[in-house]
Amino acid sequence: MSILSMTKTLFKSIVHGPYTQLYPIKPRENFERTRGSIENDIEACIFCGLCVRRCPTSALKIEKAEKLWSIERMQCIQCGYCVEVCPKKCLHMRNEYTTPNTIKVKDEYVDARVSDN
Amino acid sequence: MGKRTVIPFGPQHPVLPEPIHLDLVLEDEKVVEAIPQIGYIHRGLEKLVEKRDFKQYTYVAERICGICSFMHGMGYCMAVEGIMEIEVPERGKFLRTIWAEVSRIHSHLLWLGLTADAFGFESLFMHSWRLREEVLDLFEQTTGGRVIFSVCDIGGVRKDIDAEMLNTMVSVLTRMEKELRDLTDVFLNDMSVKHRTVGVGVLSKEKAQETGAVGPMARASGISVDMRTLGYAAYKHLQFEPITAEAGDSYARMEVRIGEVYQAIELIRQCVELIPEGDVITKIKGNPNGEHFIRLEQPRGEVIYYVKANGTSFLDRFRVRTPTFANVPALLETLKDCDLADVPILILTIDPCISCTER
Repeated sequence: MSILSMTKTLFKSIVHGPYTQLYPIKPRENFERTRGSIENDIEACIFCGLCVRRCPTSALKIEKAEKLWSIERMQCIQCGYCVEVCPKKCLHMRNEYTTPNTIKVKDEYVDARVSDN
Repeated sequence: MGKRTVIPFGPQHPVLPEPIHLDLVLEDEKVVEAIPQIGYIHRGLEKLVEKRDFKQYTYVAERICGICSFMHGMGYCMAVEGIMEIEVPERGKFLRTIWAEVSRIHSHLLWLGLTADAFGFESLFMHSWRLREEVLDLFEQTTGGRVIFSVCDIGGVRKDIDAEMLNTMVSVLTRMEKELRDLTDVFLNDMSVKHRTVGVGVLSKEKAQETGAVGPMARASGISVDMRTLGYAAYKHLQFEPITAEAGDSYARMEVRIGEVYQAIELIRQCVELIPEGDVITKIKGNPNGEHFIRLEQPRGEVIYYVKANGTSFLDRFRVRTPTFANVPALLETLKDCDLADVPILILTIDPCISCTER
């Protein structure tokens, strides 16, 4: 039974200084494995639609004719299932988050190359 | 007999992280009866098995709860593996055990912080959560997520941890253990903390058995029940004894949880020593057909999963009985004859997870 048991921790804290960091001035570094956001290397994409079928939140859509791949950023849960099933490995998980927003953001990737024939 | 008054407690209350409603019947300052009401955050996750195939559902199962997310995913995967008769590689089993135990540390530190907050010890709350932050960083380094990991899959785990990272984990936890000793010393010996917890909300061994209490709630009342002793995942290779206490009061429940944090650190050390080399996942083929029932030990207690499959990629039924659901009758038992001022502490000592309960 003691009334001074917290003193040791409190003195340590005073000597140590703040444990937190001044966030916007000193941004936090993400780790290599951080699941931040999904990116598509659209030039390698064959628009097979496997990612669209497997996505648990239906965040992905493709328009094969227009060579368009789109992702609803607010719907995506960064589970990485699409990255796992992608046959061309053109999808990958970036370790940075998309910027916070108050509106629903949809990112569109269009393959603008003209086919050879 | 004094005049009876009914005081509504919750769904929104400073002490409750999640909504639950209790009607407290009072006689003067004493609680005579408590009538619970749930249903504020029901999301219909069990029904969702009909709309998401069994592989997609792995990610949904994890999202039943934000604290024991890894073990929800693991329990679901183990149940499906049971139906499909898949043998998970040994390394996969050890990694699951490591993540499960790190989850236990994270959950208990969160609980210690919330309890400190409930009895108004703010600096203790901040320090508990500061230590928890290091555990969350370990999670982010190994799985990519802080509370939702998406790392457990049917057949094993999706990511491996290399030897260097495993050693880093052990060294971080060893350093944390030293700081934790100072903090738990406050929880266990400080006069003001003891004043709020010793002898408050006593649940006798008989009552704990009668109400079907699970996890630390039952262990604090002297019932040595721990599903990890069944030897699922890699627990059969590890040396440990369930931590119990006899008193059955709030202090005993705190003692058990603090003991389990140190036990979890020790179990992770054992895992890192014993972990074999090899694959982490077995490839699966086809769809499950049949049914399976499995029990795990979550930080809050025993959880039950039941999965019924019909040979297609969509399951017939998925049922979870979560520990908080089992502990609500025990909570009502402890609330009888307690002071109104002790109600917040007592609600917290069952470590309530209402999202789990309602799914």
